[in-house]
Amino acid sequence: MSAVLEVRGLSARIAGQQVVEDVAFDVAAQGVTALLGRNGVGKSSTIKALLGILERTGEVVFDGTRIDRMLTHRIVQRGIAYVPEDREVFGSLTVAENLRLAERDGTHRDAVARLFPELDERAAQQAGTLSGGQQQMVSLARALMNDNRLLLVDEPTKGLAPRIVGDVTRALRDAAERTPMLLVEQNLQVVRDLAHTVVVLSGGRVVHTGPAAEFLDSPLVHRHLGVAGAEEAA
Amino acid sequence: MSTLLLLLITGVGLGALYFLVASGLSLIYGLMGVLNFAHGSFLTLAGFLGWEVGRRVGDGTWGGLLAGMLVGLVVGALVAAVTELVFIRRLYQRHIEQVLVTVGLGLATVALFEGIWGTDPIRIAKPAWLGGTTDVLGASVPNDRWLLIGAAAVVLGLIVLFLRATPYGLVIRAGVENRTMVTALGIDVRRAFTVVFAIGGAAAGLGGVLASVYYGQVSAHQGTSLLIYAFIVTVIGGLGSLAGAAVASVLVAVIQQLANFYLGGTGDLAVVLALAAVLLVRPRGLLGKAAAR
Repeated sequence: MSAVLEVRGLSARIAGQQVVEDVAFDVAAQGVTALLGRNGVGKSSTIKALLGILERTGEVVFDGTRIDRMLTHRIVQRGIAYVPEDREVFGSLTVAENLRLAERDGTHRDAVARLFPELDERAAQQAGTLSGGQQQMVSLARALMNDNRLLLVDEPTKGLAPRIVGDVTRALRDAAERTPMLLVEQNLQVVRDLAHTVVVLSGGRVVHTGPAAEFLDSPLVHRHLGVAGAEEAA
Repeated sequence: MSTLLLLLITGVGLGALYFLVASGLSLIYGLMGVLNFAHGSFLTLAGFLGWEVGRRVGDGTWGGLLAGMLVGLVVGALVAAVTELVFIRRLYQRHIEQVLVTVGLGLATVALFEGIWGTDPIRIAKPAWLGGTTDVLGASVPNDRWLLIGAAAVVLGLIVLFLRATPYGLVIRAGVENRTMVTALGIDVRRAFTVVFAIGGAAAGLGGVLASVYYGQVSAHQGTSLLIYAFIVTVIGGLGSLAGAAVASVLVAVIQQLANFYLGGTGDLAVVLALAAVLLVRPRGLLGKAAAR
């Protein structure tokens, strides 16, 4: 399968400390590639480095164009949308303002409105007063409303109630049908539902790449993620 | 009673002047995290150029004053925008360098202004009505305070309108809260930086011309001395909070006026004590929020 994103020798630092070291992997041009690893191995930092939010070195090629020296907003304008780990909605802005700010082409605005009808009802509400699940809807809606060529989604189900996890998973599955996705996710049931490929990080480096189902059913899950393959769904 | 009323109204007038300087400082810090020590230079240059144009249009006339105010707005905005584009833009996230550059600019421009306009304050003429007073319940309020209050109210209203009703305003409000996430939505937040610098510079420029009216003179050090109070106002109000800057401007100026009159000229000491009290009790300032970057 061809790659939409090729990462070679990517390293990143936070306040002078190395958090990602010489990482190399591809994100397939279709479906979901999951970036896995224990807490603190550099998954979120890798995504931020891809976007230029963190100071980074190495080569990142998106759709044939190197983006590793571009500013963040230029990278996003090329069609890479980002759903951050902690939602990072603008709490003092209304839901409508959050969405208006994110709208570049708005191709899928109506589809997003159907996906999250609650956001329309709460359009005038300050985003900071929403529940965690509602804030995640805003965060996803900001990313999904435009015609993107790659989605970078960081821990979309973190801290959400099981019912909301199901909603978010369905929304991501719909999105992945039309846009390739790099997904960071701790909930391995969500990974099993969505991903076809996994890239596993340990100590800031890639230690495994391969089909998702194969990895999730193997003892490698325990070795790299600290959970047993058969138990991970819980 | 009339004395207290006089002190309160003149305090609000002085607070209006502080607000014109502090509003830009607060917005600039809130969005960009830049403590702009060159802000006083925008004010001083605008004061001088406003005076130069105003006296040629009509010394001591309303036409001259209005021309000066217009020049102050434009000069303040342009110089601030150029400062951001030439100096600050290269130093994002490098806070120590930002402070060094803006302090250096502030010092160098004062020397430059002294070289051009001399070290002594220049007395300015103002329209006759501004030199008079208006009776308010027995208090004779200097008329120039009404001009300051009116100008600050208009500036506050326009900035709020800009922030609430324009696309750039939306970017700036979001950027004050989380600058990184704004860029992660594909928005070039640097343009907003330049716009905020220009708005802050325009307000300071207007403040420079009106400070000349308030003090009856213009001098190379006018901006520097007002900048100190503007920083105090910005910190007390909460860095990045326009409403906080407005409230703190009035609070600081009224405290200063009251202490000067009732406590034997201790206005400056009272202001510093108020700053210390706010920092101890509420370090974020009266209306400040912790902002993500």
